Amino acid sequence: MSDPAVDPEEVKHVADLARVDLADDEIERFTEQFVDILDAFEALDDVPETEREAELSNVMRPDETRQSLSQEEALQNASDTEEGQFKGPKVS
Amino acid sequence: MTEYNGYVSDETIEGADSGLLAGRTVAVKDNISTEGVPTTCGSAMLEDYVPPYDATVVERLKDAGATIPGKTNMDEFGMGTTTETSAFGAVENPAAEGRVPGGSSGGSAAVVAAGDADLALGSDTGGSIRCPAAFCGVVGIKPTYGLVSRYGLIAYANSLEQIGPIAPSVESAAELLDVIAGPDEHDATTQEAPGADGSYAAAADGDVDGLSIGVPTELLDGADEAVVETFWDAMDDLEAQGASYHEVDLPSVEHAVEAYYVIAMSEASSNLARFDGVRYGQSGGYDGNWNESFANAREEGFGEEVKRRILLGTYALSAGYHDKYYKKAQDARAWVKQDFDEALEDADVLASPTMPVPPMKRGESLDDPLTMYLADANTTPVNLANLPAISVPAGETDDGLPVGLQLVGPAFGEHEIIRAGSALA
Repeated sequence: MSDPAVDPEEVKHVADLARVDLADDEIERFTEQFVDILDAFEALDDVPETEREAELSNVMRPDETRQSLSQEEALQNASDTEEGQFKGPKVS
Repeated sequence: MTEYNGYVSDETIEGADSGLLAGRTVAVKDNISTEGVPTTCGSAMLEDYVPPYDATVVERLKDAGATIPGKTNMDEFGMGTTTETSAFGAVENPAAEGRVPGGSSGGSAAVVAAGDADLALGSDTGGSIRCPAAFCGVVGIKPTYGLVSRYGLIAYANSLEQIGPIAPSVESAAELLDVIAGPDEHDATTQEAPGADGSYAAAADGDVDGLSIGVPTELLDGADEAVVETFWDAMDDLEAQGASYHEVDLPSVEHAVEAYYVIAMSEASSNLARFDGVRYGQSGGYDGNWNESFANAREEGFGEEVKRRILLGTYALSAGYHDKYYKKAQDARAWVKQDFDEALEDADVLASPTMPVPPMKRGESLDDPLTMYLADANTTPVNLANLPAISVPAGETDDGLPVGLQLVGPAFGEHEIIRAGSALA
């Protein structure tokens, strides 16, 4: 059983992957908490490999066009739009 | 609005003139989409979000003649057990002063407990209907996965969650379930309940004569003494009405809460990736490198518990850790399912305290997330197993704190748990 190496760098790396900027005090707090939480998750090491008997079936519908949101409705919650399109942050 | 902060907004939505719910008010949790009426998920990220369409359950409420008196407060994106993580302030427990109402559907349970709404809808990913129902002394049903449409429910962990009713009595909760249950072409995971006969409300006849109840010992071990005492009093009550009980072993549930959090956080890390402030959500107005702009917007828009879960989910899915956490959690999920199926071969329903503890004092839980997560030990196994469960009031501790009794049934066995629960409330 390997100790999960959680240090501030690791938390920053994961935050970067998740696209969440963190304040320094958050990084510090999360590092401490993640050690405890991941330690609790270690209990999953004792779980036996288990067959997943999935009674699943695909649900299909005919590939036909049907009514969806209008362009106006789809854009109504965007912070910025231009010529009927979403507008992202300015790159430079 | 209410003095205990139960609603995020109180804009009234009128339903049809007649129907099963005509003349009744049904409050709706604020992660369920209402056309033209803000739906915030208790998050600053969605403070200004106005859905362009209704969730299927909202359409069904309106068709049934219900009036929606407002959107209820909740833990941000459903992430919490106390309804203290909302960006719009914590909810107080109208049934137990100074205590939390439970979460994450704390606002829904509170408005029903206070009599400010006749009924309410919550959503339950790991106990978010049953926990607040237990803590506020009302009834809550988490339906079988696939019984109720999730179309229009803003996703937290979609393989686990269901929308369900919160009500003052089992019968009225069942009436609301009658209205919202059933297949929906907009949610491919819904299905017709097999072998269902008669309405759910009709099953609330209180007849438990001959009912066989299994009691998983693992769900009593470690529970608060006052809770266990109240639980057994309620079991004695059921026995006096003709039910019998026996102990059952569910060794897998010892790992359920950890498995639940790994799966829920992993799904959340993916589901919440959509909130980047471009199509919807707070953008913060940042410019420059897109990844940095999004990271800044998300830092501002999300509260701490949401960030914690997104990060832990990202970690659990990242290269090198996926097999250790996510794959193991899926094994645990399959194991829990097997255990429940076996136990339900020899029992009609399974019973436990809904929560292992009475409602916590307000302000105590947020600094210690792990302890808060572990309080979900009795509710999370049910979501992993996709089964239906109901929480009914079992009584109060000597200190006057509400205790809930949870009854778990076989898949699509809502009639059984409603019948059993109606013998108590």
